[in-house]
Amino acid sequence: MRVVIAEDLALLRDGLTRILEAFGFEVVAAVDNGPSVLSALVTHRPDVAVLDVRLPPTFTDEGLQAAIQARTEIPGLPILVLSQHVEQLYARELLSDRAGGVGYLLKDRVSNVAQFVDAVRRVAGGGTVMDPEVVSQLLASRSGAEPLQELTAREREVLGLMAEGRSNAAIAARLFVTEKAVSKHINNIFSKLRMPPSDDDNRRVLAVLTYLNGDDSQLPVPGRVPRRTAAGPALPG
Amino acid sequence: MELVDSPVREFARQTLRPGATAALQGLAVAVLSLTTNLALFALSLVSLLLIPAFGIGFALFPMTTALVRLSTGLQRRLARWAGVPIATPYRPLPPGAQFGTWRRFRWVVGDPATWRDFAWLVPGAVTGGACLLAFALPLYGLEGSLGVPLLLYLIADSYGYGLFWPMTNLAEALAALPQGWLLLLGGLAVAPWLVWLHLQFARLFLAPTRAAELALRVRQLTVTRADTVDAQAAELRRIERDLHDGAQARLVALSMSIGLAEQLLAQDPAAAGKLLAEARETSGQALVELRDLVRGIHPPVLAERGLDGAVRALALAVPLPVEVEVDLPGRPEAPVESAAYFAVAEGLANITKHSGAAHAWIHLGHDDGRLTIEVGDDGRGGADPAGGSGLAGIGRRLAAFDGTMVVTSPPGGPTVVTMELPCELSSPKTSPSSGTG
Repeated sequence: MRVVIAEDLALLRDGLTRILEAFGFEVVAAVDNGPSVLSALVTHRPDVAVLDVRLPPTFTDEGLQAAIQARTEIPGLPILVLSQHVEQLYARELLSDRAGGVGYLLKDRVSNVAQFVDAVRRVAGGGTVMDPEVVSQLLASRSGAEPLQELTAREREVLGLMAEGRSNAAIAARLFVTEKAVSKHINNIFSKLRMPPSDDDNRRVLAVLTYLNGDDSQLPVPGRVPRRTAAGPALPG
Repeated sequence: MELVDSPVREFARQTLRPGATAALQGLAVAVLSLTTNLALFALSLVSLLLIPAFGIGFALFPMTTALVRLSTGLQRRLARWAGVPIATPYRPLPPGAQFGTWRRFRWVVGDPATWRDFAWLVPGAVTGGACLLAFALPLYGLEGSLGVPLLLYLIADSYGYGLFWPMTNLAEALAALPQGWLLLLGGLAVAPWLVWLHLQFARLFLAPTRAAELALRVRQLTVTRADTVDAQAAELRRIERDLHDGAQARLVALSMSIGLAEQLLAQDPAAAGKLLAEARETSGQALVELRDLVRGIHPPVLAERGLDGAVRALALAVPLPVEVEVDLPGRPEAPVESAAYFAVAEGLANITKHSGAAHAWIHLGHDDGRLTIEVGDDGRGGADPAGGSGLAGIGRRLAAFDGTMVVTSPPGGPTVVTMELPCELSSPKTSPSSGTG
């Protein structure tokens, strides 16, 4: 699998390269500044990209901007964004094109190498991976929503893990229950939140995240991926 | 109808109504000046003369001065009503300066504003008295225009009005009508100018001199600087304590675990592995603590997105819908931006904790060299900035930038916190995030 890395600190850049290469990825480019990210993504068209949010020269959010820009040029380009801090605002922007293949994690998560590599693979496969901290922010900010209050504690736990982008099997393993129990919980959650059920894992995660972002009106209908333009970043096209 | 009506309405709006208001203001000014100024002048003079005589003046003069300031205070309020604001020049009362104390006397005598007030009393009575004209002229005009002189002439047979005094025939009595109209309109047109002239004259005496203004400013800056320095020192102490008890301690533990693991690597790889796992756990906790600390010092999202994005990020994190409206053509300086951010954050935290609101809003704007921030909610109201909430802290924080905070929160809501910070904006923003909604 071909991967592009953007990280300005040499130590971390080398660390990421080493980890990914050890797990069989081919690092086709490892850049250290904002302007070269977009060109690297467009020229190499990698299977997945791992980008830091804050990059030179302005040290603001050029990594994130490059990710959003690249995905308008190459729709669905799988991108995993890493940062020292996570913001619900950024998660919302990353998710706004609803194409999947997006990840947003704290840099700390890299230290759990196996889980990190798994996350990169899931993103490359079109999945959505959200940091547990983003998910807890989302849940906290939506705590007042009525349908969410109808959920049992266990269902809420499942909802959180689902929003992180975990599969049924992973959720079952984490909660020490059977996969069948997990899918029952998921069915309950979807009916309580009045969302159409879906068998497609990736689409389901997007639906949950969309709901948690407070945008119930535009739930993706199974089989169709709606595009949002109103509340997201102003994207050309 | 509209065509006939609108010039009349225009005339009423532009001349009659301000004229009528000014007539009332003139009456108020005249009554105040005529009744209090001369009496207070006499009283002041007597108490000054009593200083050498019996020493009674030492106690009496400060009391007289308090009355004078009451009167000039009313004069200033009238001035504000008439659109000629006059600032208050008095030095703040030192602690322990009750009536009858030497300190009180010194405070009164040492303030140049006392003597300027004293000098004002007599001339003020004259110009203030002249303001009676602003009221009397239109009133006299009203009498004539309503035909009162005509009526009285017919009934009493001897009456005078305007040019004809007394009136000798019906034609002269009828002439009272046009004269009255003329006087009424002329009086209303002149009234605002009379009041304005008086207040401009009053300002010469009652407004602070440039030196007094600067002295007041220096005093205010001294207070806010002391507050700022205290707040900074407390903040640094907090950061030091957080680092010392948190990240620093965790790094020590981390290096110990790694060192021990290094030792055990050869003999007991399993134990070494366990120690390394522990080390990773500790490093994770250290990172969490550092992240929280950084957020409290300067939130990364503020550095990355500016005030606009950072406020939107704050609004997202609140468990109720928050409408955000930002109209900033550029970016304020970093310290102002930071103060504004924390002010909004505190405002939102208060809303979440206390208001019980279902809806909140944030408006950011910039006009007239001031950054304006409005944080409002439709909750239960009754927020009190003096009540030990975070609001007082915001007020202090903003004061360091000459900013102000006004809280309106009637019981039953809505609560609106309005903050203003004088600041310049940098040139139009170049941040790529400008299109973000």
